[in-house]
Amino acid sequence: MEYTYYPGCSLEASAKGYDESFRFVFQALGLKLLELEDWNCCGATYYMATKETISLVISARNLALAEPYGHDLVCPCSSCYTILYKTNHILKNNRIMKAKVDQALKKDDLKYNLGIKVRHPLEVLVNDVGLETIVSKAKVSLAGMKIAQYYGCQIVRPDRGLDDKENPQMMDSLFAALGAENVYFPMKVRCCGGMLMTTYPDVALKLNKKILENAHQNGANLVLTTCPLCQINLEAYQDKINKKFKTELHLPILFFTQALGLALGGDPKELGIQRSLIPFRTKENQLEVTK
Amino acid sequence: MRARKQKAEAEGAYSQKEKELRNSLLLQVANIPGGESIKKCIQCGSCTGSCPVSYTMDITPREIIALFRARDIESILSSRTIWICASCYACTIRCPQGVQVTDILYALKRLAIEQKIFPKRFPVYSLSKSFVYLANRYGRSYEPGLIVAYFLKTNPFKLLGMIPLFLKLFFKGRIGILPKKIKGSKNFSKILQEAEIMEMVVPVVES
Repeated sequence: MEYTYYPGCSLEASAKGYDESFRFVFQALGLKLLELEDWNCCGATYYMATKETISLVISARNLALAEPYGHDLVCPCSSCYTILYKTNHILKNNRIMKAKVDQALKKDDLKYNLGIKVRHPLEVLVNDVGLETIVSKAKVSLAGMKIAQYYGCQIVRPDRGLDDKENPQMMDSLFAALGAENVYFPMKVRCCGGMLMTTYPDVALKLNKKILENAHQNGANLVLTTCPLCQINLEAYQDKINKKFKTELHLPILFFTQALGLALGGDPKELGIQRSLIPFRTKENQLEVTK
Repeated sequence: MRARKQKAEAEGAYSQKEKELRNSLLLQVANIPGGESIKKCIQCGSCTGSCPVSYTMDITPREIIALFRARDIESILSSRTIWICASCYACTIRCPQGVQVTDILYALKRLAIEQKIFPKRFPVYSLSKSFVYLANRYGRSYEPGLIVAYFLKTNPFKLLGMIPLFLKLFFKGRIGILPKKIKGSKNFSKILQEAEIMEMVVPVVES
């Protein structure tokens, strides 16, 4: 199976570990990945909030570039995924918007013929590859990991029919199959505040505190996420949360591909796990090699 | 404001500004797939109850819809609500009537920006503007540049507070030294220029 890869700006910098582990996991499972050449920023939610047509145009440029590759476009960043998916959806349903976007893309001799499917790697792994294949290729049991599976908001919402909107199961079933324990975690789709951490930090710190506290109280020793922004909010601001709310939180936050990479026999270094600010040590968590 | 409104209502007319705002918003809402569902709101408050940040809003999401239907767009645009929304879509998926609450809030944000109805040095607008500037120039976002541009626009002193985090991330190799420019950046600006024009093109909608 082949896929076109849209990394997005975060995966080049603050979420470098996501990029490294994502590439590792796809390679280990025998999936071919071709990075989209000369992709541009998807526009994220900032653009959506200021200029609608322009936001659709810049995001559609990526879709137009990806079309000749002839494969599904895989976007690990939740925000890129939401924006590209939304653009695709609007262009398919709104003829006026499509005409406006076409006109702008013409300036670079690009044309988008609505032939792209935008997908998230979690869903690709669970649906295209399947749990059985992944388990059969796993080299290390994840027993000892007590995971709070944090999906964040943008993966299952708005409704795309991928998974349950209130209680998604894709990550839970994937990691249960790999030997990890999923802790009870009702905050799994609660919003981390996203860019509110910069604009209204008090509001965002409170949201993140609730999420982390919930994971901690239910006995998690690790939080897995699918989104670069959730990851940085939950990890980099834990100090601030502890100071502000007098809590003693110390939870490592990894991308789901990093934990999956460990199960597939990856070295923590090639999975970018050493880039974490809150260390997650495999020995401490007694991971055993089973094969 | 209410007195003025009552007077306008008694006269059976709305102020010119209110009328323009309303038409402009209706057009924006009409562009959202499923946007017309706003008419079906039953005011149950599921949106407000589901919202993780409604506790800090001055007008709740349910009230926004009510005000919209009461034709008081000006109150909505001057509220804190549209800027606090983190677009997590919790309201949208729980709405029993299929109202696209998040996308309607996006439309309201765009309208407020278009009409410049917000305080000076306003954080969300400043962040948006910094982001748009970088994305236009390089074709890609650049996180350190974004943060610096943002704090210079709002509160430069807070920038100092960001240094420890910056260093921590830097030593973990999680910060790019320089922004990356896309190869086709020349053509990219051509696309953007045309898109700017397209932004202003308003299709004629039969009412």
